[in-house]
Amino acid sequence: MNRDAFLAGLRDITPMMIAYAPIALLWGTIAAGSGLSPFQAWLMSAFVYSGAAQFVSMDLIKSGTPLLLLIFAIATISLRHVLMSASVSRHIGSIPKGKAMLLLFWLTDEAWALIERRALHQPISAAYFAGVAIPLWFVWFSFCAIGTQLGSALGDTTRYGLDFAFAAMFIAVLAGFWKGTRTALVLATSAAVAVAAKLYIPGAWYIILGGIAGMLVAVAGHIEEPSSHDT
Amino acid sequence: MTPDGWFIYIAILGMGLATYATRLAGYVLLNGKHISGRFKTALEAVPPAILTAVIAPTVFLQGPAEMISGGITLGAAVMKLPLLVTIGIGVASVALLRTFV
Repeated sequence: MNRDAFLAGLRDITPMMIAYAPIALLWGTIAAGSGLSPFQAWLMSAFVYSGAAQFVSMDLIKSGTPLLLLIFAIATISLRHVLMSASVSRHIGSIPKGKAMLLLFWLTDEAWALIERRALHQPISAAYFAGVAIPLWFVWFSFCAIGTQLGSALGDTTRYGLDFAFAAMFIAVLAGFWKGTRTALVLATSAAVAVAAKLYIPGAWYIILGGIAGMLVAVAGHIEEPSSHDT
Repeated sequence: MTPDGWFIYIAILGMGLATYATRLAGYVLLNGKHISGRFKTALEAVPPAILTAVIAPTVFLQGPAEMISGGITLGAAVMKLPLLVTIGIGVASVALLRTFV
């Protein structure tokens, strides 16, 4: 049973593991170019474990950003995880607190999306969480470290379209949340605000702004349920 | 400019703690709490709203290849094809369209 749930998670995350290997290699080459040793690149990938944060941090470190500003910038980029963590908390109530807090270390955009997808139809066990979240970590830090040794041998990775795998997976997961016109309003608002923010506000604010805008629209359309006894 | 070793190690520690804190925050705030009413509606909107916000710039701002592939992928997803197949269709279509469009 545990093993089946772990394997189900592993199966769900496998396409992302394939897609993330070249992105990790690319980050490794940039890290080496920014002056990180292979060990430092490995350590950062294992401990920070966030593509968005790591790519931005290389720019910031290279341009001599002070330490506190660097950490603050990384925290703002990661703000989306607060909402993902809040959302996922609805599905992992049966996992003991200590174990859940450990598993949340491996909460990535990818693992989160797949957990939300599964939670539409069945409960989330610690085994599934581990299966969907931890294998990608090994792929990520291994290929990040290998990337530091590649130099510019990698060439143009967008040629294979693998950079689109992440967007494709999110679109696939998104389709499962369709509940009619009210969803359409949420999606249209989130998309419009995210695109506008991406165009006009520097940094990674577009995710959190688009997300909150969509949530506000959902709340505006909220209809009080007649019974307050349900859970 | 090559950064000092100590700077990198402290940066890794600080960045790691910052990202882990964001990953814990939502859970720590809400775990075990009874959620209802407007707040429940807001939380239920997190997955579609955040999923959309993450991909919207990729789909709408990068170019025609990404926009068309986004539509093709959505079509595959609506047809309830398996996840791996849907992702494969998205990746293949963007690779082809970038070559020919």
